This record gives sequence, C-alpha cells and structure tokens, in this order.
Amino acid sequence: MKSPVRIILLLPVLLAVVAGCAPPDDTLVVYSSRNEELIKPVFERYTAETNVNISFITDSAGPLVERLRAEGENTPADILLTVDAGNLWHAASDGLLKAVDSAVLKRNIPAHLRDDQDRWFGLSLRARTIVYSSQRVSQDQLSSYADLAGEQWRGRLCLRTSRKVYNQSLVAMLIAQEGAARAEEIVRGWVANLATEVFSNDTSLMQAMVAGQCDVGIVNSYYFGRLLDKDPEIPLRLFWPDQDGKGVHVNVSGAGVTRHAPHPVAAVAFLEWMSTEVPQRIFAERNHEYPANPSVAPDAKVSAWGEFRASETSLVKAGELQADAVKLMDRAGYR
Amino acid sequence: MLPKTASPGFTGTGRRNGSDRWRSVAAVITIPVLLPLLVILGSVFVPDPDTWEHLLEHVLAEVLVNTLWLVAGVAVITGLLGTSLAWLTAVTDFPGRRFFSWALMLPIAVPGYVMAFVVVGLLDFAGPVQSAVRDLWGPDAWFPVVRGRAGVIIVMSLVLYPYVYLITRNAFLTQGARALEAGQSLGLSRRQGFFRIALPMARPWIAGGLMLVVMETLADFGTVAVFNYNTFTTAIYESWFSLFSIRAALQLSSVLMLLVFVAVLIERSLRANAHYTGGGSPATARIRLAGWPRWLASAYATIVMLLAFVLPLVQMLAWGWQNFARDFNTRYLEFVSHSLLLAIISAGFVTATALLLAYSLRNGPGAFAGICARVATLGYAIPGAVLAVGIFVPLAALSNGVQAMLDILLGSAAPTVLLQATLLTMLVAYLVRFLAVAYTPVESNMQRVTRSVDEASRSLGISGTRMLRRVHFPILRGGLLTAMTLVFVDVMKEMPITLMTRPFGWDTLAVRVFEMTSEGHWDRAALPALAIVLAGLVPIMMMIRRTEHAA
Amino acid sequence: MRLELSEVTAGYSARNVLMSLSFSLDSGVIGCLLGPSGCGKTTVLRCIAGFEPVRAGQIIADDAVLSGPGFTVAPELRDFGMVFQDHALFPHLTVRENVQFGLHREPAPKRAARARDVLAAVGLEASLDAYPHQLSGGQQQRVALARAVAPRPRLLLLDEPFSNLDVDLRLRLSHELRDFLKASGTTALMVTHDQKEAFAIADEIGILRDGVLEQWDSAFNLYHQPATRFVADFVGRGVFVPGIVRSESEVEIELGLVRGQMTRPYAPGSEVDVLLRPDDILHDDDSSLTAEVSDKAFRGADILYTLSLPSGAQVYSLVPSHHNHAVGSAIGIRLEADHIVAFDR
Repeated sequence: MKSPVRIILLLPVLLAVVAGCAPPDDTLVVYSSRNEELIKPVFERYTAETNVNISFITDSAGPLVERLRAEGENTPADILLTVDAGNLWHAASDGLLKAVDSAVLKRNIPAHLRDDQDRWFGLSLRARTIVYSSQRVSQDQLSSYADLAGEQWRGRLCLRTSRKVYNQSLVAMLIAQEGAARAEEIVRGWVANLATEVFSNDTSLMQAMVAGQCDVGIVNSYYFGRLLDKDPEIPLRLFWPDQDGKGVHVNVSGAGVTRHAPHPVAAVAFLEWMSTEVPQRIFAERNHEYPANPSVAPDAKVSAWGEFRASETSLVKAGELQADAVKLMDRAGYR
Repeated sequence: MLPKTASPGFTGTGRRNGSDRWRSVAAVITIPVLLPLLVILGSVFVPDPDTWEHLLEHVLAEVLVNTLWLVAGVAVITGLLGTSLAWLTAVTDFPGRRFFSWALMLPIAVPGYVMAFVVVGLLDFAGPVQSAVRDLWGPDAWFPVVRGRAGVIIVMSLVLYPYVYLITRNAFLTQGARALEAGQSLGLSRRQGFFRIALPMARPWIAGGLMLVVMETLADFGTVAVFNYNTFTTAIYESWFSLFSIRAALQLSSVLMLLVFVAVLIERSLRANAHYTGGGSPATARIRLAGWPRWLASAYATIVMLLAFVLPLVQMLAWGWQNFARDFNTRYLEFVSHSLLLAIISAGFVTATALLLAYSLRNGPGAFAGICARVATLGYAIPGAVLAVGIFVPLAALSNGVQAMLDILLGSAAPTVLLQATLLTMLVAYLVRFLAVAYTPVESNMQRVTRSVDEASRSLGISGTRMLRRVHFPILRGGLLTAMTLVFVDVMKEMPITLMTRPFGWDTLAVRVFEMTSEGHWDRAALPALAIVLAGLVPIMMMIRRTEHAA
Repeated sequence: MRLELSEVTAGYSARNVLMSLSFSLDSGVIGCLLGPSGCGKTTVLRCIAGFEPVRAGQIIADDAVLSGPGFTVAPELRDFGMVFQDHALFPHLTVRENVQFGLHREPAPKRAARARDVLAAVGLEASLDAYPHQLSGGQQQRVALARAVAPRPRLLLLDEPFSNLDVDLRLRLSHELRDFLKASGTTALMVTHDQKEAFAIADEIGILRDGVLEQWDSAFNLYHQPATRFVADFVGRGVFVPGIVRSESEVEIELGLVRGQMTRPYAPGSEVDVLLRPDDILHDDDSSLTAEVSDKAFRGADILYTLSLPSGAQVYSLVPSHHNHAVGSAIGIRLEADHIVAFDR
C-alpha cells in the first residue's frame, strides 16, 4: 500500500519537471483554433522548406484569446490562427495582435480580407451561401439573402443556430450593407420562414434538406463540399446570391502576429509564406475552401461549383458589428 | 513502566491543536480551488451595462426558464432511474441481475455530447427512424419533436443517472435489513417498506448523487448545444464568444456559482439532520421477484442499458469503422497513453485530496472546515471553459512572476518559464474541477469510520499510519474506488481544461474529439470518443467487481 | 495493576466535565462508575484510556503517571483494553480477525490460539468466520469483549457495554462478565447508568454526579449508608420524611420514633430528613400504626405498597406477597431500621 501511495504523490512532481519546459527557443509557436489535421501538413512543409520548427496548441478561439491576455508579455505564442473575421477583429481590438508592415502580404491578400491596420490577414476564404434542393427548387426562384425572407419561402427555410459565429458575421455584413433596420427585417423574415428549429451545424441542416424537411438554407461552402465527397449524387446545389448587388458573403480563416511575439520577424516571414501560391493551395484545398490570394486558383472540385462575385465589404465590419448582429438576432427571435 | 515524572517523549498535542492542524489542511486544499473562483467572482467589480441590458431584456428570461426545466427534469429522471435500478440490483433478484449490476454503470463513460449527437442523428427528421416512419405512414406521420426540451432532458438523464445509481446502490447495499424487517413486523408490505423505510434511509446518498447530477447539468455546454437548447451556460458562452464580453460571462458564472453554493448548503443542512450508521445486517437474502415482475425488472434494465449504452456504442462503432482507415494511425497510441496517464494520476491525486479533505472535516469539525469543504467542491458546477480561464489567469500570473524574478536573478540566462501549461498544472486544474466528484463518495463512506472504531484500534495498540492501513482504508475502500473511477472517467471526457492547460504537443483523446467536432466532423469524432468509452470500461468493471466483493 | 486517579479535572472547550476526581482501583478489582446520563462518567473512562487529556490532576497506573496537565501517554501505549458502547467492531474483519487485531505483537500461531481461547471463553467458537453484521447484538457484545481482553490488557475499560441489549440479556451477560473477569483476574472499570448492572458486576462502585464523585464504596454501603442525599436518592428506592433528632440513636418522624444507629451524628433537636427504604417499613397486622394503601405493585415473592400517611407524605413498604390488601384499605405497619440515614432538612 505504501509504495503506490508514494508513487502517486511523486509522479506529479516528476511530470512537472519533465513537461514544464517551454518549446525550444528557435521554434515558432502558433495558437490555433483550426485543427491539427488542417494545419500540420502546411507547417511541416514550411519546416521542410525553411528549417524553422513550428509547435502549436489548438483550442477554441475564445480561450486562446484569454490565454494570450493572461500570459501578457511572457506569452510563448508568435501567431494566433483562427477562423472568422469577428474573432480576429476582437483579438486585434483588444490589443493582442500587432500591426505588420509587409509588402508581400499587402500584395497577396486583398484589402477587404485583412485588417485595416494590418494586424490580421485572411488566409483562406469560405462563402456563406445559399444551398437548395435541386428536386424541389429551381435556380431561377432564388436571388438574394434578403429574398429568403419573402413569403414564397414560408415553411421552406432551414437555418443554423445564431450562436454560430458564421451567421453572426453574415448578419453583421447585412447590417453594414443594408443598414440595421433593413437587416432586422430580413432576419425576422427568415425566422418567420423557418421549416423547423434551427440546426446545430450545417451538415445536419443539409441532411434535413435531403430528407425533405426544407427546401433552401444558408451554409458554408466547404460543408457542402464534404457532403459531396461522400455522395456525389446528392440532390443539393449551391446558389450564389446577390450577384447583382453586394456579392456573396465570404468569411476568412486568418492569422495575426501576437503583440508580445518572441519571434516577430520569423512570424511575419511565416505569414508571408502562407500567402504565397503553394501553401495557399494546400491550406484551402484540404477543407474545400478558396485561397485568400486571388492569384491562386481554387481546387478543381471547388471551382466546379461555379464562379461568383464575392462581397468586397471589408471584413473589419464583421468584427465591429458582430455584437450588434447578435443582439439583433436575439431581438428577432432567431435562436 | 514509565517514570512518575512527565516524560517528554510522550507529551501529547492535545485535541485542540490536532483539530487546528486539520483545519489548516482543509484551508490549504481550499486555496487552489478558491483562487479560480475568486478570479471569476472578481469580475463583478467591473460592470458591463451594455451586455447586461441586452441579456436582461432578450436572453435571461428564456434561459432561466429553460435551465430550471432542464435541472428539474434531469434531477427527477436521474433520481427515478438511478434509485429504482439501484434498488433492483442491490436488494432484489431477477434474471440478469449480476450482469446489470455493473453494466448499468457503463453509460457514465459515454460523453453527453456524443449521446446527444447520436440521438439527434438517429431520431431527427433526416435520421433513419423518422425516415422509416415516413416511408410506412406517409410524409405527414406524427413524430415527437426530438430537438426540444424533452429530448435534451432525456439524453442528459441517460448519461447522468449512473451517478445516482452508483452512490445510491452503495447505500442500499449497506443500509441493513433490520429496519426493513422492523417495518414488515409493523405491517408494512414490501413496497411500503421500500417507500417508507429504505428510501428515506438512503436519502442522503440519493441527494449526494443528485447534487453531482445537478452541478454537471448546470455546467454542461456540449449536450445542450447539440439540441440548440439555451441555458444559463449557453448564455455565458454567448456573452463570451458572441458578444465578446468575458466580463459578463464571468459575472453570469458568479451568479451561477452563488446559486449552486446556496443549493449545496441547503442540501448539506438537510443531510446534517440525517446521520446514519450502517447499522444492522444487510439483507441476508435478496427479495426474489416472482412471476412477471422479475421479467419486467429484466426488461426495464435492458431498455435502459440499450438506450443509454448499446445504442450510442453501436452508432459510434459504425462511424468509427467508416473513418478507421482514414483516421487511425500510430498517434492513437500516444493519445490513448496520454489520456490514460492523465486520468489515472488525476484519479489518484484528486481522490487522495478528497480523502484528506474528508479527514480534515472529520478531525477538525466546525463551521470553518465545513465551509472549506463546500467551497472546495464548487468547481464542478462552473462551465468548463470559464473555469479553465479562472484557473489559467492565476497560473499565468504566477508564471509571469517567477519569470520576472528569474530574469532579475539570472538576466539573459534565465530559462523560459511556462507554469501554466504543465502536467502538474493540469492536475491542479482537474482537482479544482472534479474534487466534488471524488469527495461525495469518500465523505459518505467516512461516516462509517466512527470515532469509536478509531479508539478501538488505538486501545488495541494500532495507531497512526498502521491504523489507516489496517482499519480505515479497508472500510473506505468502496468509497475510494468509486471516487477514483468517477474522476478517471470524467478526466477522460474533459475538454476545456485539458485544451487550455496541456503542455505543447501533449494531445489526448478528448483533444482529438474536440478537434474533430470543432470543425464539424461529428462522425470522425466517433473514433476517439469510442476510445474514451472503451478505456473507461476497464476501471468501471474493476471497481464494480471490487465493491461487489467488499459488500 | 493498580489504577489511581488523583484530583483529575477534564473537559471540553470552556466547560469542565470532571471536577477534581479521585479514586483508586486495586489489582483484580472490578470497579464501576454509576451515574445518570451526562454526569461525565464516559469522560472518566476516555481520560483513563488516553483519548482525552486531563486539565489538572494525574492518572497513575502502578507507579507511572499516564496523564497529567499537558501530558498524555497515547492510548496505544497504555495497554488498556476497551469495550465500546456501540461495540465498534471492525466491519471489514471477521470475528476471528477482530479478536486477533490487538495481538499483532504475537507470532501467528500464538495469535490464532489465543483468539480461539478467548472466543471459546465467551461462547463464540462457532462463529469464527462470521462478519460482525451477521451476528446478533449479544454476540457482537461478546466479540467486543473478547477483542478487548485478548491482548491481556492491564486494565479493561467498559463503556455501557450492555446498553444496546435487552433487559434479560443484560443481566445474564453481566453475571457472565463478572465470572469471566474474576476467572482471569482482570482489573476492570465499567461505567453504566443501570444500578442493577453495577451491583451484579462490580466490587466497588462510584457514584458520579455532574462531574463530581459523590461516593466510592461497596454496593452494600452505597445502599445502606449513602454519603449524600443524591446517592441516597439515586441508589435504590426510598423517600425522605421530615423528623426531629431526639437522641444519638432516635429520630421522631410522623410515624413515630425511629430507633437505630445514626450514620451521621446530629445534635438532639436538629431538624432532619430521614431516608425510609421500603425494607425499613414492615407490614404488621397487629400494629396500631396504620397507613392507607394508595398503590401496589405485585412483584412475585413480594408486593411493593405505596402508602399514604395522614400528612399526605408517601412511603414504600415491601411486603411478602401473601399479604394482599386492596388499594384504599388501611394496613398496619411497623418501623424497623438498623441504622438511621438522615440529612439536613
């Protein structure tokens, strides 16, 4: 009895000694809310090309930001990598990211896909667009996000929960483009048209559509791509709305250099590399996304969904207006 | 014989000093738990009127009603399921009783969010069940709403009832048959005996189990998120992740914490009035159910088992199989070993601490130690990610302080300190989160180590650690094993704290589940989730076998 | 072993439970502390066992001080056996293992033999491998006793050992216990609130009241020569009636003149209360002195009558049961006391 007790008491101490050390000094550290499967191949490629090692920690965006805040000057993190412009904007406006003056990044990433003070940069692009049942809806019945609020879609619309940041950014952009009053009208129209309770994720939304629960919905393009991988015959199509208006709502996954990055120069070099052709392609392709660098062509599968005109409203608005968007959706009864 | 003068070798410390020492042990255990709670509570000094106005107007009313329904519903159903199944397997005999007595524990290894996803996937409109119903009875065939209040209550109850089952079963096994026999001699039927004697006698244990269930329900985010069921905890996450007000999130958490604290105090004071010694002999002969009731009992246990364990297991196996070739690789060995290592060490560490806390309460009684114990177990009711921040902030501050000191002392030669992300940190964090889980069973068993048992041992010449080894540990064994199993399983499933405090590159099965679910790959999360369940089975089976043996 | 308590004071927090308690117990003697619940008798036992410190005074075994102010030899070093009120058997051990528990210093074969012997002596040789919860209350009590005496303690302490048992079992076990202790020559101290138990077992009895030892004496003397009014009242049945001392061997009470030796001297003319035991008042059909029967209790060989005197005072009389009188009738009585127990009025 005695010896196991002692071992149990001693082990934590040993573990602390063994595992309490930070990553080696020459290693670039990334805090990422994108998962290992997506980022690791890219990181490994960078290491192969440049001999710079990268270590990373994955977590949700919120905890990663709090982590940066708590660690302050002693943070080991050089780069914060996360999805959604809103998350990036808030990290920047809380002073956790620093401005990067890089001609390469400015050239490769369009202005509306990066921070107006260059504290973060979009690295991949996803469209939040309309999906419809090819059996029950024809393409010419569709036109815009606002149109989904019309009476003709009563009881035919599926939406994902307003708790998901992608919908918050979409509504924030609607506020930016249409004004708060009109945006609220649209959201109320959507809620009135819902065929069923909102879904917790895009995939189950599309599965419900296949099963006939509803006819149109709004999803991120890559979720559609994943379903297509599993079932190429799936009776769903993507539709690019607002082609005569502001364009399709796009969002980014992106990154910025942390304010107290131990290796700021290396961090910038890494971001610059990320904006170039090969990593852009790998990074986007793995998740059926679009490269943020407009000179890099999307993967063939993604191109097959058709070309579209994307909204060019700066994504900074998505961050600025996100809280307003959440409040608007709460008011409109969009759960 | 001893000389007539006082010999310093035998100078006793006296009772007073002893209990003071134990009280300070209670205080020392409470400090690491208290710090994160203070970080959370500290938020109330910086108000965030904008966010609060919005929450009050559009959010809180709905989530309060939802939360009350959820907590009440889950408490009622887990209470009914847990108590009835505990009674059936502990006191009666029916076909398959031996198997069910341990098998009914297994659902505790199924993470709530997995269960939720399986149930929604199978039963929602697009799932196979409703599709079949539509094929049979036409497109307008009625089917109950799955993603609604009833659905989330049932799903949470199915994964949480084992807490009540486990702890209450222990009570039924040890409460003794004499009181029941007395009841029968007073003309009570067996059924009346159950409701009027056995059940009231087991009340403190049922309450203890329910308290864990309620705390876990309040803190849950994963399960309710699958159902889009807005609760107090989702409001906390909304404030943080959507309205970007960590302050409002912490303030809401403070409210939650205070409510739970009051509830814990009430539960404790109810329990304080009910002191039970395990008096009398336990039922020497089980009640043999005869005729159709015995088959009914089997059928009931089978249905619970099917719904709460077989169903999610089969679905996970199916998903796991689909993705096995793509996702399984040698790194799984690493994930599994990390998870097991963490879970085993934490189980030992947290249980040992709970034991110390229980001793400090036993040997240094009084309001102070009591409050310490109550506070120390509050971490279980706080949403995981919020608690993770609460833990992380003081740790990072400590680490930064140490770094600053080293920098001054050693200049540029100072090593980089990262105390916030070490395995030791993880252990402390798990302690904060799961102390309640270990403390509940240990404490209820501690009641059986009466003061006169101690004194009997000492008067027979056995004291100190020898007494612990020969008298206390054997008596406490059932409670310690229960505590270790619960902590083990909970640590295996835990995500937010693991994510925030793990060292670089130190991924576990739960981290893997998180990475898959965070990108919407629910089916691919099945493989690591399955590994969590399977790894959890071993200790559960071991524990059940041991407690069965001890009882 | 000779046990001596010398002016022991003990207590919890601000309250002293024992006040300057002194008595001694010679080797081989069975002592008993008797008193109502809450009088501190269990505390005395716990102090002797070493579970409670003393605040003043000393507890001495033979020539060694075991407890003094700020000084307490640990219980496990005292070599005293203790039988607990709730038996405190170890629930995880069998009867045999419980009894062997205290024999840890002995080699294994000796241990087994001793356990068997002791259990045989208490009549439990058939239940060696049973667990405590499988035994009846009486059996548990015997295991507790066997466990306590197995290591041959210098002193055996018993805390209300029979309080959980029914009346019949109590008396039988008390006699058995006395025989057992006497046979092994064990020095023992028991506490109880039941005087029948105390009379059945003990050689010497102490009456404890609110932490003060009122009298330490034999059972006979406690009954017939109580040192205080409390002892007189607590031990046996009896009533006090007012009287006036007439001479050194005569007190006049309502019923007439009581003659006998005074246990405490009073000057003639003193006003006192006289203790009348039921056996001090005899039934005599020829006596001119009568009293009215107000209640009667049939007890087999005799009847305990409660009699009302003209003044309204009540006395008891123990009468052979063939003298059967109805309630309400007047019967003749006669006073007959060897000695007179009187206290200040």
